[in-house]
Amino acid sequence: MNKQINQKAWLFVLPVFILVAFNALIPLMTVVNYSVQETFGDNVFFWSGLLWFQEVLTSERFQNALIRQLIFTFSILAIEIPLGVAIALTMPRKGPWVPVCLVLMALPLLIPWNVVGAMWNIFALPDIGLLGYTLNALGFDYNFTSQPGDAWFTLILMDVWHWTSLVVLLAYAGLVSIPDAFYQAAKIDGAGSWAIFRHIQLPKMKRVLTIAVLLRFMDSFMIYTEVSVLTGGGPGNSTTLLSIDLVKIALGQFDLGPAAAMSLIYFLIILLLSWVFYTVMMRNEDQ
Amino acid sequence: MAQITLDKIRHSYVETPSKEEDWVLKEVDLVWEDAGAYALLGPSGCGKTTLLNIISGLLHPKQGRLLFDAEDVTDLSPDQRHIAQVFQFPVVYDTMTVYDNLAFPLRNRKVDEATVDKRVREVADFIDMGHRLDERAKGLTADGKQKISLGRGLVREDVNVIMFDEPLTVIDPHLKWQLRSKLKELHQRVKRTMIYVTHDQTEALTFADKVVVMNLGEIVQIGTPVDLFERPHHTFVGHFIGSPGMNILSCEPDSAGARFAGGTVATENRLSAGESGKRIELGVRPEFVRFTAEDGLPADIVKVSDAGRYRIVETRCGGETVKLLVGEGDEIPADGARLAFDPSNTRLYADGWLAGEGR
Repeated sequence: MNKQINQKAWLFVLPVFILVAFNALIPLMTVVNYSVQETFGDNVFFWSGLLWFQEVLTSERFQNALIRQLIFTFSILAIEIPLGVAIALTMPRKGPWVPVCLVLMALPLLIPWNVVGAMWNIFALPDIGLLGYTLNALGFDYNFTSQPGDAWFTLILMDVWHWTSLVVLLAYAGLVSIPDAFYQAAKIDGAGSWAIFRHIQLPKMKRVLTIAVLLRFMDSFMIYTEVSVLTGGGPGNSTTLLSIDLVKIALGQFDLGPAAAMSLIYFLIILLLSWVFYTVMMRNEDQ
Repeated sequence: MAQITLDKIRHSYVETPSKEEDWVLKEVDLVWEDAGAYALLGPSGCGKTTLLNIISGLLHPKQGRLLFDAEDVTDLSPDQRHIAQVFQFPVVYDTMTVYDNLAFPLRNRKVDEATVDKRVREVADFIDMGHRLDERAKGLTADGKQKISLGRGLVREDVNVIMFDEPLTVIDPHLKWQLRSKLKELHQRVKRTMIYVTHDQTEALTFADKVVVMNLGEIVQIGTPVDLFERPHHTFVGHFIGSPGMNILSCEPDSAGARFAGGTVATENRLSAGESGKRIELGVRPEFVRFTAEDGLPADIVKVSDAGRYRIVETRCGGETVKLLVGEGDEIPADGARLAFDPSNTRLYADGWLAGEGR
């Protein structure tokens, strides 16, 4: 086959290239630029090689933040994915309640992130907040501003409240796309509800769940606003996740070099883990 | 194995049916003999799938009872009725192998593995899947998947009836013919009651020993393919079955039969006493109309279309369209054509129903 190559096609993709250059490539390269140099302001730069990368990777502060980040992300994944699927299974598939349920489910997703943080901050305050006050009245010693355990509990609860809906909506979309004939055949074959879930619903939800896991993984790994408003990384450093730490280094201490190096490492971790998730979950697809 | 009796079954999808139009099924009384091969034939929306789902238990009828032999099964769930159903779109369990798919209905019923293995291998040979047992069901083609869903029905030994709901819709045309004859052969081997729902007359007539024709929620005629062709009980059957369908011509009743297009037409049946006030029609299949040199009904030829071994000639006769079939070598008169109807295959219909049957 002799295909004619038309160079004019480049003209049509040029706008996209320009757009991507300005919103992704150029900012990213600026960060790369900072990560290999040292600067004291005044636009004076000294070459520092991989010094910042070594420093970040060996620092205990970064390692601790990374561990906290991993614990946070895997906890919310372990709660939100099964919970989201369970809620989606109980939602009606037909009838007048469908739009009601969908709107109720979508509500948390429509609230601005900093508002979510502020809401939960007030909600959980031990002296005036509904949650904090109730827990204390019930005899629990609860104070998320001073006790790390309580801070984590509140943080995870907030994220579950905010984002489980996304999993529900995705799983629900997967569920309603299953034709009735599958359920009818399963009934005739004498399948119980577990068998129906295991052999019909779960396989049909696999694609949307993969997307749900990826989205929730990336989003939770990058979470900043809600945590910043709720706990600000405290008490102490107990809820200082990677993004919080990054902002502290970059804008608090103005260490642009280490912050840039950390950004790149952060970015590569997300890229790597997303790839691992995707490959593992799609493993069986091509067989 | 059982004889299936539908006793005054009525169904409606409306909560409280008030009008006659609310009923999708208008009183169906029917007996399916044990081990028969039936086809349920009718246009889309005539209620055939509804009827099928009532037999399988996926729907509960608004009124009436359903009996398997003498046992009333109206309130039993689909898995308690021991039936099998093959759906329009093939249903396979994607994550399982062909073997596990076939074993699924047995394992759900806690049958021991030795029996499962024996049955699965038997059935797999039946449906030509014996060599593909370890493959993933997901990778099969549509006809392969349809065979698997059929196999899941055959694998249980206690199945009372196997139902097919337009099973060849998604199958490629060249495989349709193959799968259809396979089904026929299967029926002869397993000797179970089979009900085949379709709107395709070729499928119905080749598969079934007896065809049940439905229209607008009621059964119009039950009979062998030959009955349906030669002696339609309703103008709908005459028109729906056959290609082209029966000529249906409005006429005046007469002592010898009917007056039509200024001539007298002899008919095989006569009106009974109560039918004279009804809408009277003459029904004759294109196969039983011919051109004649003697006195016949004058007709103008409108169109001739070649259908291979014969030609379909469309004429205007007495203000109506009359079609007839003319063999390859036979001549079509240029003008002054006259038509003759075969008296033993020309019938009177009153309000659509075959006259003189005492309805």
